[in-house]
Amino acid sequence: MSNEKIQAELEKYEATVAKAIAKFPERPNLPEKRLYTPLDVKGPEAYVDELSFPGEYPFTRGVQPTMYRGRLWTMRMYAGFSTAKASNERYRYLIANGGTGLSCAFDLPTQIGYDSDDPISEGEVGKVGVAIDSLADMEVLFDQIDLGKVSTSMTINAPASVLLAMYIAVGEEQGVPASELKGTIQNDILKEYAARGTYIFPPKPSMRLITNIFQYCSQNVPKWNTISISGYHIREAGSTASQEIAFTISDGIAYVNAAIKAGMDVDAFAGRLSFFWNAHNNVLEEVAKFRASRRVWAKVMKERFHAQKAKSMMLRVHTQTAGSMLTAQQPNNNIIRVALQTAAAVMGGTQSLHTNSRDEALALPTQESVTIALRTQQIVAYESGLADVIDPLAGSYYVEAMTDRIEKEAWEYINKIDELGGAVEAIEKGYIQKEIQDSAYKWQMDVESGARTIVGVNKFTIEEEPPKGLLKVDASVGVEQCKKLADLKAGKPINKMTKGRDNAAVKAALDELEAACKDENENLMPHILKAVKTYATLGEICNVMRGVFGLYEAHVSL
Amino acid sequence: MDKRIKVLVAKPGLDGHDRGAKVVARALRDAGFEVVYTGLRQTPEQIAEAAMQEDVDVVAMSLLSGAHPHLFPKVVELVRGKGMKDALIIGGGVIPETDIPALKEAGVSEVFTPGTPTTKVVDYIKANVK
Repeated sequence: MSNEKIQAELEKYEATVAKAIAKFPERPNLPEKRLYTPLDVKGPEAYVDELSFPGEYPFTRGVQPTMYRGRLWTMRMYAGFSTAKASNERYRYLIANGGTGLSCAFDLPTQIGYDSDDPISEGEVGKVGVAIDSLADMEVLFDQIDLGKVSTSMTINAPASVLLAMYIAVGEEQGVPASELKGTIQNDILKEYAARGTYIFPPKPSMRLITNIFQYCSQNVPKWNTISISGYHIREAGSTASQEIAFTISDGIAYVNAAIKAGMDVDAFAGRLSFFWNAHNNVLEEVAKFRASRRVWAKVMKERFHAQKAKSMMLRVHTQTAGSMLTAQQPNNNIIRVALQTAAAVMGGTQSLHTNSRDEALALPTQESVTIALRTQQIVAYESGLADVIDPLAGSYYVEAMTDRIEKEAWEYINKIDELGGAVEAIEKGYIQKEIQDSAYKWQMDVESGARTIVGVNKFTIEEEPPKGLLKVDASVGVEQCKKLADLKAGKPINKMTKGRDNAAVKAALDELEAACKDENENLMPHILKAVKTYATLGEICNVMRGVFGLYEAHVSL
Repeated sequence: MDKRIKVLVAKPGLDGHDRGAKVVARALRDAGFEVVYTGLRQTPEQIAEAAMQEDVDVVAMSLLSGAHPHLFPKVVELVRGKGMKDALIIGGGVIPETDIPALKEAGVSEVFTPGTPTTKVVDYIKANVK
């Protein structure tokens, strides 16, 4: 059928609709258009350039040729709380129940490079994740877990180099060489400045640490994903779908620029860059977002950075369902939200997925809630049929038009950030933060005016009893952790150590690290690894770096 | 003459989640209050000092990390210790219902949990500020 004929029929349809609406008005707050047709999408002549085939540039339809027909996504549940021992038990439970990768949540002192006995850590130890003070804790965290078999993601940013070094050291103790280790460190400092808040050092030394890791891993830990460039937290902070991918890809551009400036060849590291998306409530918009993001990144890597290898152009992504969309009200409804978000991530073609638990608007999840969240992925994988055909929504007039729309909006933001001098400058000027804040405020006002419905919050509300049986992390975790730390620092053996740490060796390693920090041409990873192996603590190592690098001063705006 | 109500929106502890704090701060400002936001990672001492320096009527803390049982009472203690007997101290964030009685016992006047409309916070402040 020709476009003219479709246009003519569409006009007839619109006339009918106009009459219907006169009698029965449409619901408020709907998307601009009610119906999409072939007129909204590009024709077959654009297919190879814009969509192509799975595993082929620009990867709109997926990064692997067979996607889930070969292997399902990695079901990677983010977990960690209290002590290394308690978290190790949760990890082994998840593996026993069909989890296929680990994902470590660290407590805030660990994420910001403080030991559990630092005064600033008081009240926070073991709360939002596991407390790791030294290699001794890391040994317990991975006890009876074969690092040669499992892949591990670690949500760690400013001190990512230190936690990676600890992981390498545990691998060595288990007899697994660094070259065989598989996993990811988040290592994405720019979104910490913009949205998540666990920064330590200013941008310049932070970017140096990141490129040091790229370099070190390309030679020594080749199967490791050296960064997870994260839109997740940008979305959680309130951004739109287009802003999520645009700001994140701009961050990605900054990292690639930094590594090239440090003398690396783009194809030597780009294949190990990975991404992290949010799976939000609007299912079809999310699917379109995933597809658009792959196309934008592929074009960036090919056209801007002239990457040669296909792998360098692939946006491989981990996904987490949207924590900020969970409601404290009627928490069981969250199970349904997570199921829909899971469907979106799967139809969007994610490489791995964490599903949130129903009780996370209230506390860390219980084991029962975590099990439901994992089962949700398994039901989508094995029962729903959504994983049976590659990129199943391709060709939907609506989804294709929305993919084009999100791509266009993302480019507009990326160009704007380029004009500001790149992501680092845009963050230092507060531009990205402001854009996110404006979107967050608009969302909240829409909820409060009723323009946006949240079931159980501003509609269909009920009186309910406070939920029972929430997980509580006892304050005794902090006390226990501090006691262990005191023993370690005093040179007493802890955990499975046969002898205590040699404090002279610790000091020598820290002095060596300090000298290396002062020499901009030195890669810090070998020095950090050496310090970690003496059982120098995370706080001791980060304090050395704080001394040389200083602290980031945040841009505070409202 | 009515003096504008002045509010310190504060992020105690190491928690980096500030979407809620910023949304509330802006809603309070739009409601006509004078608002000062501390930024992230403030110790209770820094918050109490800022409250005194800025001579605020209200200290509104936001925390999502679970450290509220330790940090909220500490802020109350230090703010009162600065002689600010009448300052209204409120909190919000991911706070289980079961923790609220102890926080109120410690002098936190009201605790707002997820899903609270900003208008409720505005109304509470207007009704309770001395």
